Amino acid sequence: MKRLFEKLAPWLLFAAAIGAWEITVRVREIAPYILPAPSVIAATAISDWSLLWAALLVTLRTTFLALLMASFGGLALALLFARWRWVERSLFPFAVVLQVTPIIAIAPLLLVYLETDAAVLTCAFIVAFFPVLSNSVLGLRSVDRNLIELYELYGASRWQQLRLLRLPAALPYFLGGLRIGGGLALIGAIVAEIAAGSAGKGAGLAFRIIEAAYRLNVPRMFAALALISLTGIAIYLTFSLMSRLLLARWHESEI
Amino acid sequence: MGADMSPSLVTLRAVSKTFQTGTRALDNLNLDVRLGEFLTLLGPSGCGKSTALRIIAGLMAPMSGQVEWGCVKPELGFVFQDPTLMPWASVEDNIWLPLRLRGQSKAQARKRIDEALALVGLSRFGGAFPRELSGGMKMRVSIARALVTRPAILLLDEPFAALDEITRFRLNDDLLALQKELAATIVFVTHSVFESVYLSSRICVFSNRPGRVMQEIVVDAPTRGSDFRASALFGQTCQQASAALERAYGLEGTT
Repeated sequence: MKRLFEKLAPWLLFAAAIGAWEITVRVREIAPYILPAPSVIAATAISDWSLLWAALLVTLRTTFLALLMASFGGLALALLFARWRWVERSLFPFAVVLQVTPIIAIAPLLLVYLETDAAVLTCAFIVAFFPVLSNSVLGLRSVDRNLIELYELYGASRWQQLRLLRLPAALPYFLGGLRIGGGLALIGAIVAEIAAGSAGKGAGLAFRIIEAAYRLNVPRMFAALALISLTGIAIYLTFSLMSRLLLARWHESEI
Repeated sequence: MGADMSPSLVTLRAVSKTFQTGTRALDNLNLDVRLGEFLTLLGPSGCGKSTALRIIAGLMAPMSGQVEWGCVKPELGFVFQDPTLMPWASVEDNIWLPLRLRGQSKAQARKRIDEALALVGLSRFGGAFPRELSGGMKMRVSIARALVTRPAILLLDEPFAALDEITRFRLNDDLLALQKELAATIVFVTHSVFESVYLSSRICVFSNRPGRVMQEIVVDAPTRGSDFRASALFGQTCQQASAALERAYGLEGTT
């Protein structure tokens, strides 16, 4: 009985919070344009579904494209870094500069130079890139010294050493980078969409939020916001699951 | 000394090694490894005995002096102090590695893998992953991997130092049985007097850094086992080795 309660506790707390919100709004008769009740938000999400769904697809597309580019780009650059120190010393400062400069400050500039779509994609890519890169470099460098010697003893080629030793050893780190990068890519996409403020067919979720704010359609703002959160959670869970499936049998992090 | 007149397998002549840090690991080391013997390099920790082993293995080049092989350099197996297994690969894939690096498919290597597994008594564990095994079993896998190429000489660098005593005794006996079965030459590094006397046909006691052979002890016992461990010869030889080791420690700071 107690164990059951402990298992259910997080869900009960969540339900209680939503319930309290609903009751507060109803009892105090707060106007929906100030704070909509959860039920109103849910109703709005359903009635505006086609609009929100289309916007979600746009944002998702940007996020995943950016993440894909960040994975390949990050891993490729990490391989160069791990192979040649001087490449790392020369290029790492650029990566750091891109990382520490807030993306919201870079976005307007990118929007001047690039098409809106490309600029939004670039923003999402920039923020997702760094964690993948730095984690992969760390992973490629953390190979057991003795294993490297063992490979040398048996005359392994560089390619064999990379394929059979360095890449598998770096996998847990790479997946960790991907998990962080996934969340950041979504944030990058949203931030860039807000900076772009682009309307029309290619409008993402963030634009729908701004648009709804101008119209004081607060329930739709909340619905869009909830959708963004759910997307972020889904991305995180997807990568956690992937890492569990790939590492379950051997890595300490998944035991 | 030198009652054993077997031909030399490998000879180190005036080998010296200084590390980049300025540490002089070996100074003018002369060492002769004879065909079919069980040679132990016994010495204080950090005396350069592991360095000597690595130089024989070709993992490290001497700064001066020569490593001369009797005829051609034979097939060689190396066992590290840690099991040094790839955690992402199953036991059989770990054992397959040396052959895989030489281009053998798993099907081609199958027979050798099974043979090596049987030699260390792990036939049922081919599909297990390293983290599912105990410390002693991991060490057995490491030995099986070294044996899979059917080496003529097996080099072991304090392989059992991290194991409990019971496991260690058992592995010592297994190692002796293996040597008998394979007729291999073994060079074994340890800082344990008892282990060295129990296993070896010949012991080279190393001086403190920079390492040289200070004393050579021939252990002239045809059979090993609990009888040998209780025999007067065992006790005498242990005393002799301990005294030599103490003198080795005593030299600290004079060179």
